[in-house]
Amino acid sequence: MADTGIIPAQLIHIDHLTKRFTTAAGEMVALRDADLRVGAGEFVCLIGASGCGKSTLLRIIAGFETATEGQVLISNRPVTAPGPDRGMVFQDYGLFPWLSVRANIAFGPAARGLPRRQVAEIADRFIAMVGLAKFADAFPHQLSGGMKQRVAIARVLANDARVVLMDEPFGALDAMTRERLQDELLELWQATGLTVIFVTHSIEEALCLADRVVVMSPGPGRIAADVPILLDRPRDVSSLAFNEQRRLLAGMLHAHHQKVVA
Amino acid sequence: MTAPAQARNRALLATAIPVVCLLAWWLGTRDNPYSLIPPPRDVAVALWDLAFGGIYDDAFSGTLATHLLASASRVYGAFLLAALFALPLGMLIGHLRLARDLLDPMFQLLRPVPVTAWLPLSMIIFGIGPTAAFFLVALGAFYPILVNTVFGVRSVEPRLFEAAAMLGVRPAAMFPKVVLPAAMPGIFTGLRLGLGFAWVVIVVGEMTGVQTGLGAMIMDARQLSRTEIVIAGMIVIGIAGYLSDRAVQALGARLLRWSPQHG
Repeated sequence: MADTGIIPAQLIHIDHLTKRFTTAAGEMVALRDADLRVGAGEFVCLIGASGCGKSTLLRIIAGFETATEGQVLISNRPVTAPGPDRGMVFQDYGLFPWLSVRANIAFGPAARGLPRRQVAEIADRFIAMVGLAKFADAFPHQLSGGMKQRVAIARVLANDARVVLMDEPFGALDAMTRERLQDELLELWQATGLTVIFVTHSIEEALCLADRVVVMSPGPGRIAADVPILLDRPRDVSSLAFNEQRRLLAGMLHAHHQKVVA
Repeated sequence: MTAPAQARNRALLATAIPVVCLLAWWLGTRDNPYSLIPPPRDVAVALWDLAFGGIYDDAFSGTLATHLLASASRVYGAFLLAALFALPLGMLIGHLRLARDLLDPMFQLLRPVPVTAWLPLSMIIFGIGPTAAFFLVALGAFYPILVNTVFGVRSVEPRLFEAAAMLGVRPAAMFPKVVLPAAMPGIFTGLRLGLGFAWVVIVVGEMTGVQTGLGAMIMDARQLSRTEIVIAGMIVIGIAGYLSDRAVQALGARLLRWSPQHG
């Protein structure tokens, strides 16, 4: 093969990743032989039906679970445990209920032992970035779902994470809040040059956000397709091109679904 | 409804049943010289005499403060002692598998044994006197604190460990950074129940071989058939326990402002 030898800088290398669980019913393959490259600054969405291994893949990248075979490299270093270079945003927020908004956002920098003044500066900057200055001293139980998720995002950004892993982060929010948070996330992404891996089961959400959509299929979970999304930003959900892409992706998801059912 | 009106309504509701009971007590004992239960008025007079003296001028007159102080110092002292043992033990049992396997079965077996059953043994071990009483009260407070601390430590949401890990908290630092703060509501519930239990156990603890204390006072009065003093003592214990619980609750509402159940 006539390779030019120019390989773009890839931040995340996922090689032959397989995850098997042993359950009472026998062995279950959650993820089989997944290969994926993600470049620095890319926004990648993982999409698929439940059981396709998209969350498992994300949790292995985060270091919460270990792969049975294969490995994940970040900047050529294998992932062995959770670390502050990879921030996770959970669907159920995972905020520390005993800490105020400010203290939640300052948690990472404070845990790293940065000087108090610097921690306060970082906290203030990211509180402002997600527009929660008025709620800085509120506790999580006093916030709406959208506000909680803003805190969770700010907490990860304040901790200097280069890779943000998002596990259906807006799945529990109402449609209006969801759209607003999608827009805010894109603004943050464009402003900061972060690398984002975003798990969703909504085709529209994936198309609004992603540079690339990775389609996964269940039984066993695997990567079925890797589709670059070349639509202009900001994306217009009512445009013809958008809907064509949507039809294409729906077809892919549907085809795999039918195979499983058959 | 306005807030003061609501508060007034609630106060009215809270006093309704006690007032009915008081009325029934009064009706049942009035004009009955052979009643073994003294009428409310006698109890009120006895309470006054206990607190300030000047009515009967007997061995009980004006001794309330002494007894109350003796009981309260035993309750709080024994409570602190119980907390001193129960909190670290509970954290160990909740957090470490080995401690759980080693200690939990034993405490589960010992826990159903009532404090009263310990009375004879504690008098043999500690001798007849205030030490045995102190031990029994501490024992009564120990289990609620232990059980709730274990529960608090064990019921930390697993998600919080993941969140802390991805923010850079090392496994060794999980206990102070995540487990302890997350377990605070459970621990606090345990402390509150433990203190309440200490007030319950104090009379049993002071039943034998103790000179002062509300329990001793009640036992003395019982032997002299001074039932109005027995009832007065019961009322004082009730009020003291109630006030002590309210103080702890107020403290909890301040410290656990973040918790929807407490704040």
